[in-house]
Amino acid sequence: MAPRTLYQKIWDSHLVETDDAGTGLIYIDRHLVHEVTSPQAFEGLRLAGRQPWRVDANLAVPDHNVPTTDRAAGISDPISRAQIEALQSNTREFGITLFDMDDVRQGIVHVIGPEQGATLPGMTVVCGDSHTSTHGAFGALAFGIGTSEVEHTLATQCLWQKPSKTMRVTVDGAVAPGITAKDIALAIIGRIGTAGGTGYVIEYAGEAIRNLSMEGRMSLCNMTIEAGARAGMVAVDQTTIDYIKGRPYAPSEAQWAQAVACWSELHSDEGAQFDAEVVIDGADIQPQVTWGTSPEMVIAVDQAIPDPAGQDDEVRAAGMRRALEYMGLDAGTPISAVNVDKVFIGSCTNSRIEDLRDAARIAQGRKVASNIRVAMVVPGSGLVKQQAEEEGLDQIFLDAGFEWREPGCSMCLAMNADRLEPGERCASTSNRNFEGRQGQGGRTHLVSPAMAAAAAVFGHFTDIRGL
Amino acid sequence: MDRSNVDTDAIIPKQYLKSIRRSGFGPFLFDDWRYLDAGDLDTPVESRRLNPDFELNDARYAGASVLLARKNFGCGSSREHAVWALENYGIRCVMAPSFADIFFNNCFKNGVLPIVLEEKVIDALFEEVRDGAQLTIDLPAQTISTPSGQNIAFDIDAGLKARLVQGLDDIGLTLERADVIRAFENKHRQSQPWLFAE
Repeated sequence: MAPRTLYQKIWDSHLVETDDAGTGLIYIDRHLVHEVTSPQAFEGLRLAGRQPWRVDANLAVPDHNVPTTDRAAGISDPISRAQIEALQSNTREFGITLFDMDDVRQGIVHVIGPEQGATLPGMTVVCGDSHTSTHGAFGALAFGIGTSEVEHTLATQCLWQKPSKTMRVTVDGAVAPGITAKDIALAIIGRIGTAGGTGYVIEYAGEAIRNLSMEGRMSLCNMTIEAGARAGMVAVDQTTIDYIKGRPYAPSEAQWAQAVACWSELHSDEGAQFDAEVVIDGADIQPQVTWGTSPEMVIAVDQAIPDPAGQDDEVRAAGMRRALEYMGLDAGTPISAVNVDKVFIGSCTNSRIEDLRDAARIAQGRKVASNIRVAMVVPGSGLVKQQAEEEGLDQIFLDAGFEWREPGCSMCLAMNADRLEPGERCASTSNRNFEGRQGQGGRTHLVSPAMAAAAAVFGHFTDIRGL
Repeated sequence: MDRSNVDTDAIIPKQYLKSIRRSGFGPFLFDDWRYLDAGDLDTPVESRRLNPDFELNDARYAGASVLLARKNFGCGSSREHAVWALENYGIRCVMAPSFADIFFNNCFKNGVLPIVLEEKVIDALFEEVRDGAQLTIDLPAQTISTPSGQNIAFDIDAGLKARLVQGLDDIGLTLERADVIRAFENKHRQSQPWLFAE
């Protein structure tokens, strides 16, 4: 057999059939469900008198709307509450497992899947959420879908898909100390652009990727959608297998050896052809900060905000001018001279235990700067929160003046009460700096957890390498 | 809409995603750009001032059913609400040099036609329709006719085209293949039994 990419292998092992137009019917192993993109899908099933094809493939959790303050009071916003109640009644009606708000396993859907071992190598994983790309860290094919496809997955356990092109992004050599997966992801997006991966599935390779923990690989694959690619993947290695062992949904003892043998094939073969190749030198990557309203508008922490006047492409220059105006910034200003008002540490990109440890290391023994109105830490799940508390991280944050919250999507997209006010500037570990993403008129700068914590304690963007 | 990277957060902001219905999103299309006042599901749109500088509020483009856009339209969140809002507003076709993949797929599920055209063709269309114009899109023939007499051909996947033209029920069609799916599933269960709970 000709050498195959990892993507091709998973495609082949899930291909039910191909239609005349060359579209494949792909079997879906895992379907993750949350409250925002599922109600209309369940309603569609009901209207058509259909049942889920395979109930045990689904796992549901409320995350986008949940309050991150005291849960005992319930949800004060009646519309948010109704959406979560709809998830509760829909999962009850159709027999789907739900990690409800009072369950310690509740959290952001892309945190809890891997945490539970519900995301496994070689799987096809979908969810009505673009950051489903996160799960590709396990050598899985994972991508976000819309609500019609949520309904299609529920009803048929399959999706019609065109084969994607493949791109390999190789980060050669090791990265410098303090450089995280988030910096790698932003540097890649800065290089290829937010549409650079459109139509592709990206496989990440190279020494810097192999050196990443599973949590780092999740952060990297998570951000793949911000490069335009629906899915990002990392080949399975011992790091992957060690992470999965013993998790609740992982294969049983009896099946473990067989599963590991199967997973050991989940890498691109020597000589496999990719449709595009990008190579980045890991040593060149510095702490990244976005300055604009698209993740591709990104610079290193020691750089100045770029000038649209230097651009040849008029559409691009107009976009930059618009972004500068929205962000309230001037070209030429060093990004380290920019003060922030709020700090958000959390989201499906950066809310896992290693992220919180990175941030706590910077916060320890320091105080949140006086110009910071709120600095909040929102763990990715109840279990992450529990572990952080066992390690004393909550106390480090609280002593420094951060708020310690309950798990959820929170201010990444501001569907709950956590949001920016118009004009407020935020150092955020989330994934999107779009206009209004964290609240209408809010100004978002994407950074790593350590960089966000540094912005909190110094009041402006600060190079963590000097700390 | 002469700007790149229009994301789905801009097409329909998050506060409207709390609705559990599939309709009623049209008044909130491009909400942050379209209105001067902030809004949410509880605020009547009639009480909000329109932003006179926003394209869709320009009299030249009133009642538009074609949206001309720039590259990477529909990037970001997978929210199908973005397409529901476009469709509900009356947009039947979006033309751009490129679309984000998830948005592109979502269009076809809702009878909205996304057309990919070369950047220079899009540039020319922007020039031609600046004062408003009628474009005629012939989906079966895959052509766009412009007032200046241009006939622009466009590509579209045959399967997706058939689905749009015939308005097929995707799930019903797939369920006609239930036997094939079940046979695959049994084989899959044998080779990777840990993927199945029972």
